[in-house]
Formats: sequence, C-alpha cells, structure tokens
Amino acid sequence: MNIPGSGIFKGLVVTARNFVGSYFEKDRLTTEQYPEERPTLPENARSFPFLVYDGTDPETGMRCVSCKICEKECPPQCIFIVQDRDAAGKAIKRPKVFNIDIAVCMSCQICVEVCPFESIRMDNAYELSAYDRFSSLLLDKSKLLKSNTYYRSIHPTEAAETDGRIEADRLKKEAAAAAKAAAAQKAAAEKAAKAVEAAPELQKPEASA
Amino acid sequence: MNFFALPVHFVQAPNELKAWFLSLLASFGVPAWLLVVISAVLVIGTIIGVFLVLFALTSVLERKILARVQNRYGPNRVGPCGLFQPVADGIKMITKEDLVPRSADKIVHFLAPVVMMVPALMVLAILPYGRDMVPAELDAGILYFFAVGAGTEVAVFMAGWGSNNKYSVLGAMRAIAQMVSYELPLIISAVVVAMVTGSLAPSAIVTAQGDFAFGFFPGWYVFTPWGFVACLLFYIAALAESNRCPFDLPEGESELVAGHLTEYSGFKYATFFMAEYVGMFAICGLLVTLFLGGWQAPLPFLTIVPSWCWFFGKVAFVAFTMIWVRATLPRMRIDHLMTFAWKFMLPMSFAAFLAAACWHYAGRGPLAWALSAVIVGVPYLVLGNHFTARFSVTNRRYQFSE
Repeated sequence: MNIPGSGIFKGLVVTARNFVGSYFEKDRLTTEQYPEERPTLPENARSFPFLVYDGTDPETGMRCVSCKICEKECPPQCIFIVQDRDAAGKAIKRPKVFNIDIAVCMSCQICVEVCPFESIRMDNAYELSAYDRFSSLLLDKSKLLKSNTYYRSIHPTEAAETDGRIEADRLKKEAAAAAKAAAAQKAAAEKAAKAVEAAPELQKPEASA
Repeated sequence: MNFFALPVHFVQAPNELKAWFLSLLASFGVPAWLLVVISAVLVIGTIIGVFLVLFALTSVLERKILARVQNRYGPNRVGPCGLFQPVADGIKMITKEDLVPRSADKIVHFLAPVVMMVPALMVLAILPYGRDMVPAELDAGILYFFAVGAGTEVAVFMAGWGSNNKYSVLGAMRAIAQMVSYELPLIISAVVVAMVTGSLAPSAIVTAQGDFAFGFFPGWYVFTPWGFVACLLFYIAALAESNRCPFDLPEGESELVAGHLTEYSGFKYATFFMAEYVGMFAICGLLVTLFLGGWQAPLPFLTIVPSWCWFFGKVAFVAFTMIWVRATLPRMRIDHLMTFAWKFMLPMSFAAFLAAACWHYAGRGPLAWALSAVIVGVPYLVLGNHFTARFSVTNRRYQFSE
C-alpha cells in the first residue's frame, strides 16, 4: 500500500535538490549576467551589413563600385546609394553616398549574396541602441566602412574564403594579362615578320593567328 | 544555574531597553498616563517595524529562492546581492498611477486595502514573541486571533465587489469559498492544542511545551501523533488562508488576471501585498506558538540564545517552507480545493481532535502515543487511498497501435 501524499514529498525533494544544487554546481545556472558577461557569438552570427575596405584608408581601399545591385535587390529597400562623379561630371566607380537604415534592415543578407565585388558583408555588432531613432540608426558611409582585418576577425572562415577568391581572381587576371601581353608581343613579332616576308612577294594568301 | 542567570539582560534585551527608556522619561518628569501611552506606542511601533522589515526581506528572498529552485539567479542588481530590491519596488509602487475604475464603488474600493491591512496587524498583538514578550496578554488570545483574522475575508470581497470587474468578483467569490472552507480545519486543529493545554492563552500554550522529555527531547506538540497531524492540517489551512500556492486560486494570474487585485495599482496594490505577507507571518507565528514550542529553545543548553531569536527563527523556517511549497506545487483546481477541504481536511481534523482527547485520557504515556497514532493514522490511510485511487498511475494502453 503506498502512502498517500508521498508524491508531494518527492516533489519537495526535487525542488530542494535544485535549490541547493544551484549554489554548488555553476553549470546549473544558465543565465548570462549580460553587461558583465558577454556571450561568445557563433561564427555565423549576423546583425546588419557593413562595407569592407582593403588596406588602411577607407576611401581608397573601398571595394564598392557603386553598381547599385544591392540597392535594387534589398527587400525592405533600406539601402540608398548615390554614385560619385568627377569634376567633369563623369561617373566614377565609387559611391558618393552609401546609407543603410538599420531601423528598416531585416538582416536578410540578400545584399551580401548579390554583391559581385565582395564589398558588402554582415556585421555581428548587436549593441546598436540609440537615443535618436532617425539619424542615429541611419548609418552613412563613414560608419559603414570597416576594414578587411575587422571582417577577418568576426567571420574568419567566410573572410578566408572571400580573400582566397579575390586572390584567385587577381592571379587569373594577372595570368590573363600576361597571356594577353605575350600574345600581343607574339602578334607584333609575327606582324613584323610578315611585313618582312611580304615585302618581296605580294599577296601571299596565308591564315595567320 | 548562575551560568544561565548571567545573560538575562541580553535575553530580555527588548524588554530591558523599554524599561530603561521609560524610567529615563519618568526621571524627566513625564506624567504616568503619558508613560503608558508611550509604552504602548513603543511596542506597536517595534512590532510593525519588525514585520515590515520582515516583509521587505521576504519579498526579495522569496524571489531569490524561487529563482534558485528554477536554477536562475533571481534579483541581483539593486544593492549587494539584490537586497535593496524592496526599496526599488517600493519606489516603483508609490510613484505608479493610482487607478480607480470609473464604475467602481469608490468608497469600498478605497477601503478594501485598509480593511485588509488592519486585521493583519491586529492579530500580531497576541503572539508571544519571547519570554514575557506578549504585547496583549489575552486569556482567549487564540479566539481573538481567528475572530480578527476573519476580517481579511471581508476585505477580499470588498476589493472584488468594489472594483466592478468580473474577474475581481470571481476571484473574491473563490476567496470567500476557500477561506470559509479552510477556516474550519484551521480552527479545529488549533482547538486541539487549546484542549490539550487547557487554555486559549498563547503564552500558556508556549509554557506547556517548555519541558524536555528525557532531558533533551523538546515537548513541542508537533512531536506527538495528534500534534503532528494537527500541525500539518494547520499548515495546509494556513496556506489556504493566506492565499498562497497551491491555494492561490483567488488571484490565479492565468485564469483570473489577478482576481480581486485586478483593478488595484500603485500604493493600494502594495498595501494588499503587504497585508498578505504580514498575514502570512502572523499565521506562521501562530503555528509556531501552537505546535513548534513558540519561543522555546529546541535543546536545553540552547536556552542561552534569546527566546525571541528562537521565535523569529522558527517563523522564518515556516515561511521558508511556504516558499518551498510554492516552488514545488502547481495551483489546484477549484473543485479539488473544495473536495480537499471538506472531504479530507475536515475529517482529518476531527480525527486529530479525537486522538488528542484519547491521548489525554490515556495518561499521555507510551500507550497514549500508540492509541493516538492509530486514531490519526487509520483515517489518513483510508481517506488518502480512497482519494488517490481515482488518480492511480498506470501505463497508457494504446488502442490501435498495438
């Protein structure tokens, strides 16, 4: 015969064990004491986009060429870009104004995916609260531009992959340029040779590459 | 004996201090009638002060204990370990807007917190806080306690009715049903003690529990079979009377918003809250007085510790168990609550009553022990098994998948 009411005492033992245990086993307490203790963010944590620049100077190292693809693709339309122009009024491959309204941004990362120049990337800073909800949350170019070093520090794997791709592109481009230069040289040499050859006998039909 | 006589001044510190202060005033030529008034005000002020400090401490400690049971930290931002949290809460409560519904009965709505607070403070007058420390030495102190304490029921219904809100009225109706039902086992289990002692005076009840069996075992009533059962019944009924979990149906947040407290805010809400906690302490104090030996020390050599320390230590312990129970048990359903009161608590309190009578007439010896244990044990097992049989746990049988 079981004793009625014994279930209540079993329950009391469970709560007592938790009560005492929470003072001795630190891993029972899962709460982070936020302002003093910061969580270690997972590598893929993301908040809002920022612009990557190479080197040390944001203006010259800026990867953005003001192609406006991100502006067009942005679902909540929080990106605003004005292309820069030189004194003569000719367009320069550089944004004059690049604003992101993070009050509107929904952190969807579509801008990052469409960017062909590896220029826009997701940040993981999350303490962005401000007293003024208009100007403080509208990030302009100076606030958006962050160095590639910073990008490497927050998303190491992704940054390494991007850097590798850029390096590969650069090498390919160099190789292509070298090949082109070599081809041009060869063509010039051939042309010269042909000219020499063609001088004695006229109109010799020959296909040359 | 000389050793025990030495710390009398320390043991009786509050009384000594008051006597010294009054003699000081008398030496300045303060008239005698004024001294009586000052003496009363000193006692009242001290008691109210002590219980308000206890309330403040409990409000934060309860949250911390509940948090620890749930493996959280609890409040730890205001002051060291969050101990100044009641100050922050108080400032918040006082600065809040005091809302009165347009259709409310203004007078009743205003009076309810006051009517709630007054009995909660008045019942503190008869508790023996220590040796020779009873503010009002009443011969029928226990009767006074229950007579005055019943006033809180009126206050709860006033709050519910005056608010003119369906949730409030429902909460108040539940409160009345619950409090009236649980008042019966509460009083009968207290009557058991009064019967065995032969007195309704709290100080006489405490004195009767003062001797030590075999020279070390305290003669508290909780260590007798009938006393143990009566103590548990009193404890359960006290939980119900002070609207605490698992009997907090009148203010069930999930189904009644907050019951009779729905339309209260700011200082009035704080007053209700305070009255509830002071009432809880008062009933814990009565439980300690009736069953746990009041201000008596648990072991003979511990009598050098001041008696009021024992009283408040025991009250703190009972209050802690109430918080512990709150952390453990879910809220009851209203029909279970009533069934439990009328079909289990009431018969059990009669059994304890009978057991105490048998214990007394069988000579209070080993035979009396066995007899009273049987008288409370058999109804407990029969009633308990009868009620739990309906909820027996079996493996679920799946009709179609097998």
